[in-house]
Amino acid sequence: MSEEKYVPKSKLGQWFDSRLPLLSLAHHLRDYPTPKNLNYWWTFGAILTFCLIAQIITGIVLAMHYVAHADLAFESVEHIMRDVNYGWLIRYFHANGSSMFFLAVYVHIFRGLYYGSYKSPREIIWIIGMLIYILMMATAFMGYVLPWGQMSFWAATVITNLFSAIPIVGDSIVGWLWGGYAVGSPTLTRFYSLHYLLPFLIFALVVLHIWALHIPGNTNPVGIDIKQPSKDTVPFSPYVAVKDLYALIIFLIITAGFVFFAPNILSHPDNYIKANQMVTPTHIVPEWYLLPFYAILRAVPDKLGGVVVMFASLFILMFLPWLDTSKVRSAVFRPLYKVFFWILVIDVIVLGYMGAKPPEGLYLLIGRTATIYYFAHFVLIMPILGFKEKTTPLPISISDPVLDSDTKTTNYR
Amino acid sequence: MLKKLIIIIKILFIYPIIIVSANNSVAAEDLDLLKNKWSFEGLFGTFDRASLRRGYQVYNEVCSGCHSMKLLSYRNLSEKGGPEFSREDSKNIAASFEVIDGPNSEGEMFTRSGRLSDKFVKPYPNVQAAEAANGGAYPPDMSVLAKARKDGANYIYSILLGYEDPPEGFELDEGVYYNKYISGHNIKMPNVLFDGLLDYADGTEATTQQMAKDITTFLTWASEPSLEARHKIGFKVILYLIILAFVVHLSLKRLWSRIESK
Amino acid sequence: MSTSYIILVTIIALLILFLYLSWVFVSIKVANKEQNKETTERRYFLYTASYALGAVAVGTAVWPLIDQMNPDASVKALATTEVDISNISPGKTITVLWRGKPIFIRRRTQEEISNAQNVNLNELKDPQKDEDRVKKLEWLVMTGVCTHLGCVPLGDKGDFGGWFCPCHGSHYDTSGRIRKGPAPTNLEIPKYEFVDNNTIKIG
Repeated sequence: MSEEKYVPKSKLGQWFDSRLPLLSLAHHLRDYPTPKNLNYWWTFGAILTFCLIAQIITGIVLAMHYVAHADLAFESVEHIMRDVNYGWLIRYFHANGSSMFFLAVYVHIFRGLYYGSYKSPREIIWIIGMLIYILMMATAFMGYVLPWGQMSFWAATVITNLFSAIPIVGDSIVGWLWGGYAVGSPTLTRFYSLHYLLPFLIFALVVLHIWALHIPGNTNPVGIDIKQPSKDTVPFSPYVAVKDLYALIIFLIITAGFVFFAPNILSHPDNYIKANQMVTPTHIVPEWYLLPFYAILRAVPDKLGGVVVMFASLFILMFLPWLDTSKVRSAVFRPLYKVFFWILVIDVIVLGYMGAKPPEGLYLLIGRTATIYYFAHFVLIMPILGFKEKTTPLPISISDPVLDSDTKTTNYR
Repeated sequence: MLKKLIIIIKILFIYPIIIVSANNSVAAEDLDLLKNKWSFEGLFGTFDRASLRRGYQVYNEVCSGCHSMKLLSYRNLSEKGGPEFSREDSKNIAASFEVIDGPNSEGEMFTRSGRLSDKFVKPYPNVQAAEAANGGAYPPDMSVLAKARKDGANYIYSILLGYEDPPEGFELDEGVYYNKYISGHNIKMPNVLFDGLLDYADGTEATTQQMAKDITTFLTWASEPSLEARHKIGFKVILYLIILAFVVHLSLKRLWSRIESK
Repeated sequence: MSTSYIILVTIIALLILFLYLSWVFVSIKVANKEQNKETTERRYFLYTASYALGAVAVGTAVWPLIDQMNPDASVKALATTEVDISNISPGKTITVLWRGKPIFIRRRTQEEISNAQNVNLNELKDPQKDEDRVKKLEWLVMTGVCTHLGCVPLGDKGDFGGWFCPCHGSHYDTSGRIRKGPAPTNLEIPKYEFVDNNTIKIG
């Protein structure tokens, strides 16, 4: 990236910037050269940043009223819903906001899968992204425990019990996690503390994620490198900033639809029953965004095996930059990979659906097949495709007109 | 571009709802519940105030003997969006109950008449007493019952109207009743609604169906007192966001027209 | 709050509609003339409108986040307290909690009442007649929070037969008025009323 050294206009600005280059940073962010052919799938990074900040703000506000004790947690949430000014709004926004956060992150990840964003030289961005995703899941899991409903309690019991599968030290680890002989108030208070902490770790990783991105710059739908910044890119502000803002507004309309008109549709009714150690719900299910991993966990008949395979399904994504051997970055020019991409999308949706069903009979069979296919996609299909696939010819540059209507080159779509 | 946007919106909406419908249709039998057209359903749903008041009367005279609603306060009865009894009426309702308070300066607990700030009085002091008095089954607290069951309003309505004689050969234990709509068809709560059971204050005929409707409306409000405010504000927010999106879109087009022409 | 929002939104919606229509009108006019002249006026209409709408959106979103820190409904419900005063003998004070603060209710003796009434107003830092501080002469109801820095004064102490604040040495008389010491004003009289002869409702 070629940028002349920025010199602030005022003397005070120069004095400050030479000591802490915040003004230079702001200037860089404002003028950051962005490929001009980015489509709307690229707006989800900005949407995710907004989601993170919105969740932190609504979360801090909720923390002013929530009480993290087994005897009072459920009632304190109802106190927020009924007595606190706009408490219902802030609570519903935080709960549905987390679902929207995951929706956005899945779109963002699948965008990366389709357009080869993880490929060299962007491997570190991808790995940091995976770490952010893992932290997001941990945060969401702990957050769901806080209302201390039936699902909160029993999901906590099931997931913490997974660690007992570790040989020799498993049971000690579980007792250490619980702070007792079962999930209880000590578990709740420590989950509360960590739930408050983790988002700030996520924030730090997001800063690194964006920093790592700004070294090579964004990739683009066509997947070819920028040849001439003056022709191929536009300054981030206002062109891309306003586009991100527009996408954010649409995203907020959908969020508002859930928050105001169907605030409980994405959660489970059982979580409005206060946690009861004596009564297990008929079907323990996590929130929808964790369902694919839940399906994979239960596909394996062995307890330790299930845990290992579930974590493997997550960590295998980290190796994607090396598993994908194709020299071509974007799926736009990879007709075979395109097909397998969409099959993967369907596979993940199927896994999610199976995660909500009891793991028996036909559901279990489908769940197992989908799990095997999931691994096959990354371990078998991706490496082989790289060698065997016949890709279509790439355009010369982003700005040069191309006859193929598939590639959007000259308009902001 | 608009088409792509619509595709994005469809994906953003449909994926979670597919998962959710899988999530929620986890009941062993998908019992066909009795459906009623509720005034609070839909995007612009509101509560029928008269029905809420009758529903409170049903709760007070029929249900409160076994079921607590300990998350509600008497002042909620006069707050906006609910039965909206006058403040005087709510005060009198509260005062008609005896509330335990204390300790006094002698260190003893004492009873006094209820105030607006008090929570609804419970029929039993704790869960164990409730179970002991009801054959081992705890009559659930109904503060959020309508949200704690799938399709809560129709579920409650169906249970109340679902009592009938068990079919041939169906085994029922002592103190258990047959209900068409509960999972497993076994319920420990007896049928409590009968035609003419109480005299509605507003003169409406107290049929079983009417009482079931009114108590369901009341319980839905009790679970979601902010429903009306939520719908009202939601409508304004989404309308405003649509206008904002439109204006920002125009700005976007205007901005990028410079790039197109390069 | 909600009616004003309806009006605001309607006005802005109409404004936007007007701007859009005028933009369409002007763009048609310009299309008929030469395209060279940069139509900056239209552009600024649009951008200004966007910023204005955006600012309102941000303000609307921020308000609930601020308002949630205001006293909630359950706290406001405890805004009044009723006190039974039937068991208080003359010369005795009880202290009750109201809105998180101590309230002194004293049944004054005849001597205390006359002492309070006979004070020359010129001697007082915060001149106030005793009759203006009580509803029934026998009953003194006041907030037990020293007006200096908020400590709770001790009863039946001090040089004026009333209260003494140990924190910085303020003396209050039998009407709760500041007589000596750093406190600037008399002990505050809360809003109260006699529901009947045996009950006071505070707040």
